[in-house]
Amino acid sequence: MKKFLALLVTACLAFSAFACSAKKAEDDNGLIKVGIINNDPNESGYRTANDKSMKEMFTEENGYDASFAYSLKNDEQIAYAQQFIQDEVDYLLISAAGTSGWDTVLKDAKDAGIQVILFDRTIDADDSLYVASIVSDMAKEGDTAVSWLADQGLDEYNVIHIQGVMGSAAQIGRSGALDKKVADNANWNLVTQQTAEWNADNAQQIVQSVIDSGESFNVIYAENDDMAKGAVAALDAANISHGIGGDVIVMGFDCNSWALAELLAGNWNYDGQCNPFQASYIDAIIKDLEAGKEITEKVVILEEKGFSADSITQADVDQYGI
Amino acid sequence: MTQKVSTKKSGSFLETVVALTRKQFFIPIAALTILVLFNLIMDPSFFAIKLGTNSNGDPVLSGYLITILNNASELVILAIGMTLVTSASGGQDISVGSTIAIAGSVILRILCNRPITVANMLFAFLVAAIVSMIFGAFNGVLVAYFKIQPMIATLILFTAGRSIAAWINNNTLPVINDPTFAYFGNFIPGIPVPTPFFIAAICVIIITLVLKFTTLGLYSQAVGINPSSSRLNGIDPAKVKLITYIILGLCVAVVGLIKVSRISTINYSVVAKDIEMDAILAVALGGNSLGGGKFNMASSIMGAYIIQFLTTTLFKFKVESTALPAYKAIVVIILVVLSAPVVREKMSAFWKKVTSKSAKEAA
Amino acid sequence: MENDVLLQLNGICKYFPGVRALHNVDFTLRSGEIHALMGENGAGKSTLIKVLTGVYTKDEGKVRIEGKEANIKSPQDAQNVGISTVYQEIALCPNLTVAENMFIGRGKGKITNWKKMNARTTELLTSLGIPATATQQLGSCSIAVQQMVAIARAVDMECKVLILDEPTSSLDENEVAKLFKLMRDLKAKGVGIIFVTHFLDQVYEVCDRITVLRDGQLVGEYVIQDLPRVQLVSKMLGKEFDEMSDIKTVDPEAEDIKVGTPVIECTGLQSDAGIKPFDFKIWKGEVNGFTGLLGSGRSECVRSIFGADKVIAGEVKIDGKPIKIKKPLDAMKAGIGYLPEDRKLDGIVYDLSVKDNIILAYQVMKGWNHPISKAKAEEFAQKYIELLEIKTASSETPIGQLSGGNQQKCILARWLLTDPKYLILDEPTRGIDIGTKVEIQKLALKLAKEEGKSVTFISSELDEMIRTCSRLIVMRDRKVVGELNESELTQNKIMETIAGGES
Repeated sequence: MKKFLALLVTACLAFSAFACSAKKAEDDNGLIKVGIINNDPNESGYRTANDKSMKEMFTEENGYDASFAYSLKNDEQIAYAQQFIQDEVDYLLISAAGTSGWDTVLKDAKDAGIQVILFDRTIDADDSLYVASIVSDMAKEGDTAVSWLADQGLDEYNVIHIQGVMGSAAQIGRSGALDKKVADNANWNLVTQQTAEWNADNAQQIVQSVIDSGESFNVIYAENDDMAKGAVAALDAANISHGIGGDVIVMGFDCNSWALAELLAGNWNYDGQCNPFQASYIDAIIKDLEAGKEITEKVVILEEKGFSADSITQADVDQYGI
Repeated sequence: MTQKVSTKKSGSFLETVVALTRKQFFIPIAALTILVLFNLIMDPSFFAIKLGTNSNGDPVLSGYLITILNNASELVILAIGMTLVTSASGGQDISVGSTIAIAGSVILRILCNRPITVANMLFAFLVAAIVSMIFGAFNGVLVAYFKIQPMIATLILFTAGRSIAAWINNNTLPVINDPTFAYFGNFIPGIPVPTPFFIAAICVIIITLVLKFTTLGLYSQAVGINPSSSRLNGIDPAKVKLITYIILGLCVAVVGLIKVSRISTINYSVVAKDIEMDAILAVALGGNSLGGGKFNMASSIMGAYIIQFLTTTLFKFKVESTALPAYKAIVVIILVVLSAPVVREKMSAFWKKVTSKSAKEAA
Repeated sequence: MENDVLLQLNGICKYFPGVRALHNVDFTLRSGEIHALMGENGAGKSTLIKVLTGVYTKDEGKVRIEGKEANIKSPQDAQNVGISTVYQEIALCPNLTVAENMFIGRGKGKITNWKKMNARTTELLTSLGIPATATQQLGSCSIAVQQMVAIARAVDMECKVLILDEPTSSLDENEVAKLFKLMRDLKAKGVGIIFVTHFLDQVYEVCDRITVLRDGQLVGEYVIQDLPRVQLVSKMLGKEFDEMSDIKTVDPEAEDIKVGTPVIECTGLQSDAGIKPFDFKIWKGEVNGFTGLLGSGRSECVRSIFGADKVIAGEVKIDGKPIKIKKPLDAMKAGIGYLPEDRKLDGIVYDLSVKDNIILAYQVMKGWNHPISKAKAEEFAQKYIELLEIKTASSETPIGQLSGGNQQKCILARWLLTDPKYLILDEPTRGIDIGTKVEIQKLALKLAKEEGKSVTFISSELDEMIRTCSRLIVMRDRKVVGELNESELTQNKIMETIAGGES
């Protein structure tokens, strides 16, 4: 009972603290007021890094008065957006949980003279309703990875393809390039193609299943780092070498620090970046707008790298690891 | 004369079948048999077990059966706790996946700043066990004393658990590189059987002993069937329910340890995702009523192995990613329908007809 | 009219796995008669009723309604051919109004006209003399009125055959009289009524004919005038039976029991169940009882002694020593056993085996870390199955599959196993067959006399109380209003005390 109450009290405090910060109507002190709506930072390592970079960028030292709101639900995010409009923020930065339902609130924002910048995710709305959108191109991530793989010049590509949650943007983008390559080239085969739903355990089982069946393979194409790690665990248990000079090429995505460390150690071969650092791009756009410049590029595609085990350095790990 | 004997034999065989169909154990055994037969016909190599070495040069067994025994471990352990909770409270704890994330997070939090020694690992596990049991007790108190429906009560942690897990490690993803830590989820050097199997076996042995040397089984069944009558026989129904939730909490801690040890890190949002549904399914496949009351622990454990058997079979036959849940759903529907009392009644009636017919023919 | 056959059953058979529930049973119901269906538990009454109402489908035999063969496969079928049933446990919705209950699940596709519905209900209630209003919540009516509403509903559905399955077990005498009046009214209207009951008096008061079943077979059909009670009982039991009249030998020294320190002594005891504070004493070897009308607080008194309800005042002494009883376990440890009034709700643990049900209380007293071994439990179960002649396939059979009387014996066995010095039997004989009733009464007396236990016996049947108890505590309106000793225990005296002699 006491515990329950304590939890309740904590929850209430947390809410009221948020409410205060959201409503803080500061006088004009020269700071640019921004309202940032993001997904829950606990969602993934990517999101954590994304949120961290936003928090580091939008500080008072950098000339911002920023308020943050988090939710994985579209309707809650829209409610937060309305709140920010009432608070008369100058800029509204949104990483939308869902693609639809934003028209009304964005119109309200426009009428109130608030500039909207989308980051990380796009929405289905007229592009006049926002000034810019800074997004990752998942298909491009896939293309980069697959062309890297093609450059390895193997005689035959027998790929275990471990997919993310089916239908997610990252899965569609990262699967697309590989599917196309396999369809077009006779020496590219999929040994198996299954979803591990971003889960390391499932990936381990999928690879284990292929090993148990005795089929040969020389590439593991996992659509995120966790699944690549699970796959490697299965390889280790079966004493199948991987990484630089190994029998199996291991590929992952997202550039977690620990994954890049594996790359640096030569255990994995490739890791594709999914850039969570939109903060600097947004900052640049806001600075331009404040300076009265026109924004020419409405859609900004983030620069995303692919790291190979042969060329990665400790500096890369420190800079790009999330 | 000889003929008579033989018909009698066939009659008694059919009678045995009739009797068997009414046994609770029948459904899980039948399901397992079907899965085994299916694999045997499709590809007998499914049952091959090979002794090889892993990348450290230690001997390990491999093969689909080993994969099943290995990966079913978490589910087996959870099924134990879930069976008790189901029996006593007539409902299920849907927060186990989230609390596994919490338990795993606690273990990593403690170990990432300390050298990986046996003492430290034990300490980390004990803390995780206490934390999990407290969360179990939280669920239990809501269910037993505030009389909230189990599914609603545990919805709180189901929703909040993964955030709590992330918060415990300040949203960072600790990775433990010491190979010793991976022993719990993989292999101990020199022992070719995966450790999770042993952990599950130990849990099964412990619960068997607990059921044998305490009255937990009788009490939780009595409370689940008739709380009012139990109270008048001196049992405190609320306390019994609470205890089952705390036991489930302990199971969760063990699973948390295996999960984080398997990959030496954690992903708060996907670790043990949807495992609560599989755990509940294991209980149901075991022929236990999800409405509480009578339970058969061995059946639940069998249910857990069946689910893993099914998963591994589907992986082996490379069912398309998008179709995987559908296949699983179909098999589950069949099993659950078969284990429904109405259907079993019908089945035994059918067998009866067959028996009497064959008896008539013999006459 | 008398010979106008309404319902005819021929050669009905019904089998369950391993059990022949009904074998070649015939039954005839004529229009405008009240026909008692009698038999001990397990005789096949309930099965026959369920076959008739479509709950079970018969394996063999024919059912004819007014000469036409009827194929009853579901309760809906039964309703359509004019068979309605009112069960012992009310199957209506207590949270709806009386009128809603009357019309629920009927009037297919029609738009509900509340005004009409309420008017029709009021009309029906007045015509049948049922003391309820149409808009009243059914749950707020007494059980008797609820039962009458259920009957009114059946009547309004123009039923030809009305089955009353143990309708009187939870009614007091006044209510029974009202119910009988209603039954006679219906009879005059030409409805055929099948009346299932355990009360012999009631059969002889209201019925025209009796059909007796035993072990799933027909014993015979009799016109009531031709069948004296003793004969009926002997037919039901299948043996000559003369124990009913006198099972207790009057003990001239009965008063001597009340010497020394009472085993249990309560002063000013009061629970949160709404009873007035009461005093209570019982001595070693004594059988006493609480009597009073239904709802007078008999059960609440014993429940407060056992700690089943929350005690808010008063004190309890056991063998002269004060003791705090906060929960049933305290009472059990102090040597009190309690066989509850509601067997299904508070007594049996339905799905558990006979064995587990028997050992439950003893196991709880031994403690959670001292489980009774399988062998030991089996031994206990077998001992009581033999001792109390519990009819069960095995000790592993779920108790829910036993007949009411045998379930009750298991609960009795449960408490005997704990070897209490004080045993409370709250309505131990309700809804069970005569044979078992007598056995339980005898057992209560034997426990007191031979083993020196103290027993409190509660029953709605006065003659049963007179036969078993040597002292009665009389209650009215949740208050103890008198105490009658052995010499005063006559039906008249008790009724006077219950009714309140002053007026």
